[in-house]
Amino acid sequence: MGLDINTKLAKKNAYRIGKARGEGASRIRVPGGYLKAEILGMVQEIAEKYGNGIVHLTTRQGFEIEGIRLEDMDEINEMLQPIIELLDINQKEPGTGYPASGTRNISACIGNNVCPFANYNTSEFAKRIEKEIFPNDLHFKVALTGCSNDCAKVRMHDFGIIGMTMPQYDPSRCVSCQACVKGCRSLSVDALHMENYKIVRDHEKCIGCGVCITKCPTRALTRSPKKYYKLTLMGRTGKKNPRLGEDFLIWTDEDTIVKIILNTYRFVKEYIDPGAPGGKEHIGYIIDRVGFAEFKRWALEGVELLPETEIRECVYWSGIHFDR
Amino acid sequence: MGYQLEKQTADEIFNCLKQDYDIFAPKLFAGEGCFSDTDVIRYGKVESLDEICWSRRSDYSFKEAFLPVNEVLFYFTEDSTSVPACRKKPALIFLWSCDLHALRRLDAIYLTNGPEDFYYKRLRENARFVLMGCEETCDTGFCVSMGTNCTEDYDLYLKVEGDSVLADLKTGEFQKYFDGKDCREQEVIPDHVTENREKVTLPRNLSTETFSDSVWESYGSRCIGCGRCNFVCPTCTCFTMQDIIYRDNENTGERRRVWASCQVDGYTDIAGGNSFRKNQGERMRFKVMHKIYDFEKRFGFPMCVGCGRCDAVCPEYISYVNIINRLAKEEA
Repeated sequence: MGLDINTKLAKKNAYRIGKARGEGASRIRVPGGYLKAEILGMVQEIAEKYGNGIVHLTTRQGFEIEGIRLEDMDEINEMLQPIIELLDINQKEPGTGYPASGTRNISACIGNNVCPFANYNTSEFAKRIEKEIFPNDLHFKVALTGCSNDCAKVRMHDFGIIGMTMPQYDPSRCVSCQACVKGCRSLSVDALHMENYKIVRDHEKCIGCGVCITKCPTRALTRSPKKYYKLTLMGRTGKKNPRLGEDFLIWTDEDTIVKIILNTYRFVKEYIDPGAPGGKEHIGYIIDRVGFAEFKRWALEGVELLPETEIRECVYWSGIHFDR
Repeated sequence: MGYQLEKQTADEIFNCLKQDYDIFAPKLFAGEGCFSDTDVIRYGKVESLDEICWSRRSDYSFKEAFLPVNEVLFYFTEDSTSVPACRKKPALIFLWSCDLHALRRLDAIYLTNGPEDFYYKRLRENARFVLMGCEETCDTGFCVSMGTNCTEDYDLYLKVEGDSVLADLKTGEFQKYFDGKDCREQEVIPDHVTENREKVTLPRNLSTETFSDSVWESYGSRCIGCGRCNFVCPTCTCFTMQDIIYRDNENTGERRRVWASCQVDGYTDIAGGNSFRKNQGERMRFKVMHKIYDFEKRFGFPMCVGCGRCDAVCPEYISYVNIINRLAKEEA
């Protein structure tokens, strides 16, 4: 009997159809790249039982178990079940593997679990978004990074989330050592200067990176109790017009970001090219076609921005054009 | 006079004390640590016994509740100056034994090293000290090595143990707050540690060769000159002066004194552009020698009290304890 595989369904089930006839790879998404070490052992077990013993660490913080036989997908899905449960992946039916693959894994830098520069817990926020948007076949890329260093390269994503903090200054604790001024100048955007021996912050320039706070030796500078974020939009790689995501909201909050992402799914359903190959079209190309104003109208539906949030009313992208 | 009393009674006494004193104690400032979602324990005004962080040594010492980081010495106009009033209520400051020993160092510098300091003296006369005990050693402290693990110099000792509170009154000033309250007299001996994890031997006979010891270069090259070791230290007393000219009226202003750090750029800058200790190794040598050697020659006891805060706070993981022990070892 010939090998009879619905490749479209297999791909949605997070399998790659490989070069070698009858072979593929099982793709394991790890939201936020944050996992219990015991999952590594489970991945190893699948790779050694059904694959060729090799695992590729994907660019989006997943595992790709190489060399599996496509006819073994059902058995592999059974073995994936404890992984899916440990990672708390939304699933329609247990034992059936990852239910969709269009919306890509939400990737994140290590965040404030470990990193001294990070301004929030990236993996926790990644998991919150995961719960809201998966499973989904539409082609969305979301990434989170703890601070403006953008180690997670979120500006290469449709939605880039960059942690910010609003520096709080207590002049009575300040000793005028200028560690913050020097730190901001050498590591960040030179938004601080001293007047009458006290620190003045240029809010227009400040990117909320938090360097001044980590440099302060007396806790005169501390983080805001509220966590802030910058939301960047529609960065992408690709054949036509690779480009960096542009700032949309600055000093925004988690709830707003989640709402905007969910609204964007509705926008895409409305405007996606019905003939798009595989039912997938990068959101950025849809926005290029229908205009940013229309996207913004959909994205901000039911959203109440914080008073301190700065919004870019018009967003223009540049990048490299190979398609003109 | 020692007492055992119910926590509720102690709370009542605390509330009465609050009427007459501004009470400062170590407390947790959630989210105000150096890094995201980290806390800091430092001094602040407290409203109840429950707000006090008893069991974990504060990251910053009692000094900031006692000596303002920024203190206005006087305001000036064209032809007159005025000295700001002292605090209205006396301060009641909770601290540990090492810190109370540090107070003696502050006294030595401000009151007996030349003329008495007017500003210090009025703060000192307006401050009372409540000892908190140490049931176990903190991680980096070496109070036992420095002989600062016990003290008798407190005004009041307090220990909260669940629903029971122990108090010891060393001075009569606080007796009236306990009189008429439901208190049982008993002997109270403050908790104190008799052993630390860190042990320090002070060098006793250093020669001028120590000046060029390789230890300064090796640690100095790691130091970033942030001054944290000074700012957390309960015995550092250096300050700098700042004359502030008000922006809206250049004929008026104020003169402040502000905590300074011998590790931070600018500390040894003088008129004409000279600077005495340019590199971090020289600055570290100056600090360490002052803490464990030079001060003692003048005052008869070392400046350092072994609280260990400097080792706990250093972002470059420089261990002052290791430096001292290395000097002592080289000497032996």
